[in-house]
Amino acid sequence: MNGTPYLFAAYAVTWVIHIIYLATIVRRYSRLKSEIEKLK
Amino acid sequence: MKRAFPILGVLTAILLSYALYQALVVAPTEKTMGDVQRIFYYHVPSAWTAFLLFFINFGASIVYLIKRNPAADIVGLVSAEVGVVFCTVVLITGPIWARPVWGIWWTWDMRLTSTLVLWLIYVSYLFLRRFSSGGQTPLLAAALAVLGALCVPFVYFSIWFFRTQHPQPVMGGGGSIDPRMLHALLINWLAFSCFAFLVCWSRYRLEKLQRDVDHAHAMESLLDHGGSGR
Repeated sequence: MNGTPYLFAAYAVTWVIHIIYLATIVRRYSRLKSEIEKLK
Repeated sequence: MKRAFPILGVLTAILLSYALYQALVVAPTEKTMGDVQRIFYYHVPSAWTAFLLFFINFGASIVYLIKRNPAADIVGLVSAEVGVVFCTVVLITGPIWARPVWGIWWTWDMRLTSTLVLWLIYVSYLFLRRFSSGGQTPLLAAALAVLGALCVPFVYFSIWFFRTQHPQPVMGGGGSIDPRMLHALLINWLAFSCFAFLVCWSRYRLEKLQRDVDHAHAMESLLDHGGSGR
C-alpha cells in the first residue's frame, strides 16, 4: 500500500488548520491594537 | 511572563520538530498499512489534546457557574475554541487515513459519528458566544459546555460499548505496540499539548484585552451620554 500521498496530505492539512487559526489570532490582535491607539 | 512566552515558543517548536522526526523517521513502518499508519502520530495526539481542552472547558464552566468568575469564563471560551481546532484536525486526518485503509472516506460508525456530534456541540457553543449579545450568554454557554462535556467520555468509550470499525485504543485496548511507536506517539502528544497551551495563552491574553477595550468603549459612551445629558 502506497500511503505516502495520504500521509503527506494529513500532516499538511494539520498544519494548514493550525496556521489559519494562528493567523486569525494575529489579525484580531492587530485590529485590537489599532482600536487601542484610537482610544488613546 | 513576557519573556517566558518566546522561550516556551522556541522550546515548543523544537519539541514539535523532534516529534515530527520521531513520527517520520524513528518509528518503524507498520507491516499491513505501511506509511499511512504514521497519520496516527498526528491523529491520536490531536484527539487527546482536544479531549483535554474540552475537559478544561468543563472545569472552567463549573467554576463559572458556581462563582461567576470572569477569568473562568475566558478559560472556558479559549479552551473550547482551541479544542474545536484540534477536533477539526481529528475529523479531517481520520478520513485521510481511512481512504487507503478502509477504502472509504467516512462511515456512520459510532466513534466517527459521536466525534462529529462532539465537534458540533462545541461549534454551537462558539456560535452562541459569538452571536448572542445578552448578559446571560456566558451562563448559557457554561451550561451548554457542562452538557457537551458529557459527550467526551461517550466518544472515548464508544469503541468498547459498540461494535465499530475504528481501531481499538492504544492505551487499554488489549493489544501491544512497538515501544518506538509508543514513544513517537507520546512525544507527539506532549508537543501538541505544549503547542495548545501556548495558543491558549495567546488567545487568553487577546480575549482579556478585547474585554478591557469593550469596557473602555462602554465607559467612554457612558461619559459621552452623561456629558450631553447635562
